[in-house]
Amino acid sequence: MSSVLEIDQLTVAFDTPDGTVEAVTDVTLSVEAGECLGLVGESGSGKSQTFMAAMGLLADNGRATGQIRLDGIDLLSANEAKLNTLRGDRIAMIFQDPMTSLTPHMRIGRQLAEVIIEHKNVSKVEARAQALEMLKRVHIPEPERRLDMYPHELSGGLRQRVMIAMALMCEPEVIIADEPTTALDVTVQAQILDVLMEVKDSLGTAIVLITHDLGVVAGLADRVAVMYGGRLVEQGGVSDIFEQPSHPYTQGLLKCTPRLDTDFEALVTIPGQPPNLQNLPPGCSFHPRCPYVFDRCKTDRPKLIEIPGGRSKACHLDTLEAAAQ
Amino acid sequence: MTEPFLQVRDLKVHFPVRTGGILIGRYTPLKAVDGVSFDLNPGETLGVVGESGCGKSTLGRAVLQLVGATDGVVSWLGRDLTSLSKRQLIEARENLQIVFQDPLASLDPRMTAGDIIAEPLLNYRPEMTRAQRRDAVKDMMERVGLLPRMINRYPHEFSGGQCQRIGIARAMILRPKLVVCDEPVSALDVSIQAQVVNLLKSLQREFGLALLFISHDLAIVRHISDRVMVLYLGKVMELANKAALYTNPRHPYTQALLSAVPIPDPSKERNKKRILLTGDLPSPLSPPSGCVFRTRCPKATQMCADKTPSLDTVEMGHIVACHLWNEQ
Repeated sequence: MSSVLEIDQLTVAFDTPDGTVEAVTDVTLSVEAGECLGLVGESGSGKSQTFMAAMGLLADNGRATGQIRLDGIDLLSANEAKLNTLRGDRIAMIFQDPMTSLTPHMRIGRQLAEVIIEHKNVSKVEARAQALEMLKRVHIPEPERRLDMYPHELSGGLRQRVMIAMALMCEPEVIIADEPTTALDVTVQAQILDVLMEVKDSLGTAIVLITHDLGVVAGLADRVAVMYGGRLVEQGGVSDIFEQPSHPYTQGLLKCTPRLDTDFEALVTIPGQPPNLQNLPPGCSFHPRCPYVFDRCKTDRPKLIEIPGGRSKACHLDTLEAAAQ
Repeated sequence: MTEPFLQVRDLKVHFPVRTGGILIGRYTPLKAVDGVSFDLNPGETLGVVGESGCGKSTLGRAVLQLVGATDGVVSWLGRDLTSLSKRQLIEARENLQIVFQDPLASLDPRMTAGDIIAEPLLNYRPEMTRAQRRDAVKDMMERVGLLPRMINRYPHEFSGGQCQRIGIARAMILRPKLVVCDEPVSALDVSIQAQVVNLLKSLQREFGLALLFISHDLAIVRHISDRVMVLYLGKVMELANKAALYTNPRHPYTQALLSAVPIPDPSKERNKKRILLTGDLPSPLSPPSGCVFRTRCPKATQMCADKTPSLDTVEMGHIVACHLWNEQ
């Protein structure tokens, strides 16, 4: 498989009144063609900022260093004009809140057509026809009528479908979906996940699924990467990660997620709070909350190392099973 | 059998919504809660689930009389809360508390954590001295997992999970008998959610509280509830004890809801059969005729459009509002 998006030693820092804060530190990650990569982490873990940097959408006080390559083109050194030819055409993004990411005073049809007119040499009529095609593709009922509607006339689920249709307009190689179903009800979430799955299978689009919901990742992702305190702590194939997590944080996260298929008296918890990025603990960022912590974890930061099965982890322990005894 | 201490009968909350007319406004009632009945016993947790707009929050607020009921009875220890005077209601509220969804927005930013938690004591225990109150607050902070030395800090200095603990401490300090939890963990990270759910459960055991636990998250509700009520467009679709509802759901809506919840296990998640509902929630201003769920129901027949289903008893304590619950 070939990588469409390669992130190499990415660090994202923000200048704040209280000093510089690193939201993402030394992240190396690749997205293969046609795969779905699930990126999991809690709020503030840096999962969104990693890909905001890839899209050139960091806030004004943010700086990204390292390299992010889309088919060999470095996105971090590209200027705005170059980025504009790539964004929407070869890489697209779906945001959590579909209401605030659509233009409120523009009809759906025009918003969709705009994407393709910008990037491809097509007429307005042709663009509108393609917009209609895309709305059908994401199973929007009565697509002809929706073209002339405004975003506020649609429900949350339909708006998110419009967002997906818009991201698909130019058939990009990669779609970055940042918490695409978090704002939706479960029944609508199930519909949207089905649409994403279909897109991946029929168009071969690579999807980066950024989410805190392990259930969503379990259903859609081929590979999973887990972030904590701005760093990658583990990555690997989806069934490996869920069946045999190799990092104590991943294990804790899986255990404390309430599940519908089992019934526990009390939920297992990860003690303590997610780390404050301004004041990360020395050594491994997870060590104050880790059940297997030993002296080395408190001073020595574990590097991300490769382990068998195409996986990698950042933990001093050889295996979690040995540590549990 | 002890007398149930909370009895809700045919509770209705309708909001008038202006739907047209330029000079003379035309109003249509929005039936947020439409004929809900249930009992709650001491020490019990009733989970209320449903999608956004199903009326679950309004129900919780109507039980506490934070919004007025249009019709129906909320009987609390034998007294109907809907008919109490303002003064009588203030008295009753000593035992009725609420924990809100947004942990930061529900705390006054200009009060310290200590003042926030002590406020109910000021109102209901005026005989306590300042020192006694401070001790009580510190005890409570410790109980909910906050460091008592943080007593003088302001809400913005706490994380979301800690703010929710402050909200819980405030609700618990009077040792109430009933606490309505309105999506208390939805705004929190997964690792913190579990901590807060466990805290609520242990406080409940300690104080013998009854909880009305409102949430859209069916997995969380499964962990905390004894019985679960499923709402759709303001109406009860199904009400059963936890085991029956999760293993033997009889209403097509409950079945669809349960099948839509993703399971964090790749092989189970990919192989399970999902009941996909089509479309979205209909407008609550013009709910469908007959059964309100019929427009999205995979099993709907003509009868569902003609006749509103009544709540049938499947077995003791398990009721369902569906014409077809018995046909599988």
